[in-house]
Amino acid sequence: MKNFIQKFYYGDIPEEKGGGAIISKNTKTEWPLWEVFIRSKQGLDHKHIGSLHATDAKMAIENARDVYTRRMEGVSIWVVESKNIHASNPDDAESLYEPANDKIYRHPTFYQLPDELSHM
Amino acid sequence: MTEQTSENVFLQKIEAEIKIEPKDWMPDAYRKTNIRQISQHAHSEIVGMLPEGNWISRAPSLKRKLILLAKVQDEAGHGLYLYSACETLGITREETINDLHSGKAKYASIFNYPTLSWADIGAIGWLVDGAAIMNQVMLTRTSYGPYARAMVKICKEESFHQRQGFESLLVLSKGTEAQKQMCQDAINRWWWPSLMMFGPKDSESTNSDQSMKWKIKRKSNDELRQSFVDMIAEQIKLLSMKLPDDKLKWNKEKNQYDWGEINWDEFWNVIKGNGPCNKERIAARSKAWEEGEWVRIAAKTYAEKKINKQVAV
Repeated sequence: MKNFIQKFYYGDIPEEKGGGAIISKNTKTEWPLWEVFIRSKQGLDHKHIGSLHATDAKMAIENARDVYTRRMEGVSIWVVESKNIHASNPDDAESLYEPANDKIYRHPTFYQLPDELSHM
Repeated sequence: MTEQTSENVFLQKIEAEIKIEPKDWMPDAYRKTNIRQISQHAHSEIVGMLPEGNWISRAPSLKRKLILLAKVQDEAGHGLYLYSACETLGITREETINDLHSGKAKYASIFNYPTLSWADIGAIGWLVDGAAIMNQVMLTRTSYGPYARAMVKICKEESFHQRQGFESLLVLSKGTEAQKQMCQDAINRWWWPSLMMFGPKDSESTNSDQSMKWKIKRKSNDELRQSFVDMIAEQIKLLSMKLPDDKLKWNKEKNQYDWGEINWDEFWNVIKGNGPCNKERIAARSKAWEEGEWVRIAAKTYAEKKINKQVAV
């Protein structure tokens, strides 16, 4: 994916008015990427909030605390190394989710019931 | 799917206000534009810590020091939200940071101006963060999902930045003669650079047009700039201070303020690297990065060793 990204323009600034030379450095020291999930309060699910770099899970949790919970946004943190997340392919969306569209009988509103019927 | 239909699907999503997510097909130029804009935005947050950090150790009271520390920490957090959004587009963090240090990537040119007095910290909060907020509120509705979500988090925190800035100036504006002068002087120096933050005029902005079509941006540079002038021209009355623009005047027919002309030569000069602090800012960032290299390597090596040990057992 990386190969086709050519970064020539940055910001709202035309390139010819920018400046600077290209330095290429190795990226071997880059720490692994982690996905961060936060439970905002007891009783709620953990929710994906963003990602960060850390060498291990302990550091990832410590960094997540500083980056994502500065204002009491959470009471619990999960971190998962990004490479361990498996995702469905957006191209499969049609075959995966469309069949549900025509099964309207799965929804309570499908059933017409007399008004007198209460508590249902 | 062929390229053509992928592009149609993409454009239909944009049209229908459906966010584009990292794994969705997107045109190369859309990806490039987002990488450019998000990384520039991230760099601005990070470099923006430098002029403010300058005053942490010299804040006039413990209260102001705590506020400033919290604000600078927020800026670091904002930079990280944005770097992480940028990475979802397939560029590594290191590449992004190298581009900043090489001068290839830009950051908001406002941070190339020095913070000469304590009042500058108030002026930055009120004017610079105020200008940033106009842009960022618009960007909460940007078409790229991760960018929009990062913006929502940032906007929630940014409001504190602007309010603390105004409040700090309000205190100075009611203080001694010297404090009042300091306040006015800071406003004088930060006003025009704040207006420059919105970027080149619409007629000269090479990137805006396509960005509007793709709903990366929702308002033009000039539109945002005008709303900012209209807002600040009213707020400054509460400070009993003046904006350094003789041409500033309410225009009844247009229902907005008329105002003078930005010094565009200065704008392009600062962008080209000739502002008062360009070299100092990049030098400070590069130094921090280079001096931290052994830590990054040591921490990585240590983590790898621990994993190998676990495997051995």
